[in-house]
Amino acid sequence: MADTSGATVTTSPSARAAGERTAYLDVRDLKVHFPTDDGLVKAVDGLNFTVERGKTIGIVGESGSGKSVTSQGILGLHRRTRARASGQIWLDGEDLMTVTDERLRELRGNKMAMIFQDPLSALHPYYTIGSQIVEAIRVHHSDTSKSAAKAKAVDLLGLVGIPNPARRVDQYPHEFSGGMRQRAMIAMALANDPSLLIADEPTTALDVTVQAQILDLMRKLQAEFGSAIIMITHDLGVVAEMADDILVMYGGKAVEHGPVNDVFYEPEHPYTWGLLTSMPRLDRARLSRLNPVPGNPPSLINVPSGCAFHPRCAFTGQVPADACRAAVPDLTAAGPGHLTRCHLEPATRAELFASEIKPRL
Amino acid sequence: MTIQTSTGAAPSATPAGRPLLRLTNLTKHFPQFRQTLIKRPDNPVRAVDGISFDVAPGQTVGLVGESGCGKSTAGRTLLRLLEPTAGTIEFEGRDITHAKGAELRTLRREMQMIFQDPYGSLNPRQTIGSIIAAPYDIQKITPEGGRRAAVQGLMERVGLNPEHYNRYPHEFSGGQRQRIGVARAIALKPKLIVCDEPVSALDVSIQAQVVNLLEDIQEEQGLAYVFIAHDLSVVRHISDRVIVMYLGKIMEEADRDELYEAPLHPYTHALLSAVPVPDPKRIEHKERILLKGDLPSPQNPPSGCVFRTRCPKAQERCTVEVPLPVELSPGHRVACHFPEARTVL
Repeated sequence: MADTSGATVTTSPSARAAGERTAYLDVRDLKVHFPTDDGLVKAVDGLNFTVERGKTIGIVGESGSGKSVTSQGILGLHRRTRARASGQIWLDGEDLMTVTDERLRELRGNKMAMIFQDPLSALHPYYTIGSQIVEAIRVHHSDTSKSAAKAKAVDLLGLVGIPNPARRVDQYPHEFSGGMRQRAMIAMALANDPSLLIADEPTTALDVTVQAQILDLMRKLQAEFGSAIIMITHDLGVVAEMADDILVMYGGKAVEHGPVNDVFYEPEHPYTWGLLTSMPRLDRARLSRLNPVPGNPPSLINVPSGCAFHPRCAFTGQVPADACRAAVPDLTAAGPGHLTRCHLEPATRAELFASEIKPRL
Repeated sequence: MTIQTSTGAAPSATPAGRPLLRLTNLTKHFPQFRQTLIKRPDNPVRAVDGISFDVAPGQTVGLVGESGCGKSTAGRTLLRLLEPTAGTIEFEGRDITHAKGAELRTLRREMQMIFQDPYGSLNPRQTIGSIIAAPYDIQKITPEGGRRAAVQGLMERVGLNPEHYNRYPHEFSGGQRQRIGVARAIALKPKLIVCDEPVSALDVSIQAQVVNLLEDIQEEQGLAYVFIAHDLSVVRHISDRVIVMYLGKIMEEADRDELYEAPLHPYTHALLSAVPVPDPKRIEHKERILLKGDLPSPQNPPSGCVFRTRCPKAQERCTVEVPLPVELSPGHRVACHFPEARTVL
């Protein structure tokens, strides 16, 4: 990812030279491709988004839509020999695609941090929770003494709501329950007060009651530290609660991108329609039957031609000249700050939404 | 108001006629040992601690609760995949609590299971054909029209291409694998299927496909489901009755609409209020009951009411007195000293 060779990196210094004001995190045309024996896997194929401090963007998608590859790409976690990455990732005025590995290591865990999905495999079973947090602190602040770092670790565990942190700090991951491990992961991610926090399915493995506690905690911490958060999840309920903006991904591309209220109340893309109408909802009258999206998520080796969603889309017949199969639709504006990638004419789309989708939302 | 004790009381509110399955005071404890110099017995893990409920023919009973509440153990014990510690299991009026050998094997034709993990529950070295035909082989049954035709019929029924008979599990996606699990479970035309989190490993857009499939098959074959899940929205969609478990015990049991519209137990209130709702505007005026702390260890459950350590309403009485399930309205039983009807949703 941190490819400094220049071969696959397309930087445009002129874009920055003008001194234009950019968002805190500004991802431009991010592509992450993996060459494999079976062909080129375009896991992320031209993604653009921005996040300001104190704001949250929710990235929603199914397995294989490229949402986790995106987050790993931002942290520069892809092995350069395996992945071909291009585009620009501006973090606070620095393009992470062009900085040195050393600089990236300085930023990682310090200015930007990640909360992983599975705390049991992300925490090392052989070291105590405390020593893992202490390591995260001392890697970036070598002048901090071990005892000071440990005191900070205890504070952090207390901050994330772990009871009796002074005793817990010396315990091993297996002595923690699932919810507490996730809290410990959050404590570790917060160790150096990162201003960008990437949470990859942070609550998927947790029960709803614990999930509510963790989401609450993340909101509080964001209010306190003003972090920018990227929240990756497949749970639309979680993004509705947490996000200011939503990016819906399908087959490695953004298919819809906009403010949370627009995406939930005026969704534009048939895939978003499908997601919102297919799930049973506690806040609506019970349906006698669910309306699933037909078919399966696409394989990234054999992404369908044209619009990747066309084999599962019910509205391809409304588009003339078989365009859905033939051409990849562009991401076009459907409203202020609201983008969608669909061949349907805006008028047709509005009509379909009003007649078929809105009554079911 | 009738007060029922948890031992030996026949659960009410089943439709007229004999229940398909009746659990009475079913208990499953896992013995634990402390290894010091010599091995000494320790407190057992009380995974399932005296639960009683009925399943009527053709009915879906949803079993919900947090991980560690004993819902999966309950499912496995009622299928006799685990040996119950105490209590009785009656299937069609027969006591099957200690059935073994040939009797148990015959029983397995009537009761099947669909597992959570579509990756772990299919043998990667067997073809789909032989996985789905395994029930026939084990029961030494030759289905009408031959084994291959029967399997291909099943594959077609669950929405798989019958030509894929000779393929291996890795060639299928998660949703398709779960369909294979469904085909295997319905091969012997059972009367009861225990579905243990059958859709939670699937993508959102695929979940609805599998839920619809399960409903269609139920309608065709009139079978009953015990549907174990932590996703309260899916459970509301598919269940006729819902049972809420906590730390091995039943907290509340009611018909689906009653449970979701007028839940009585503080734990049910907390569970329902914690579900994130995909409606950004509702969130601001939504009341959320946050539970403190974690699930206590089932090896050392709290005295009195097991939920009291996290309950916002807990009082002195909850520490000393175990709340017995009380039927507050027909078919709505709750085990709480201070039940209160509340609209949470």
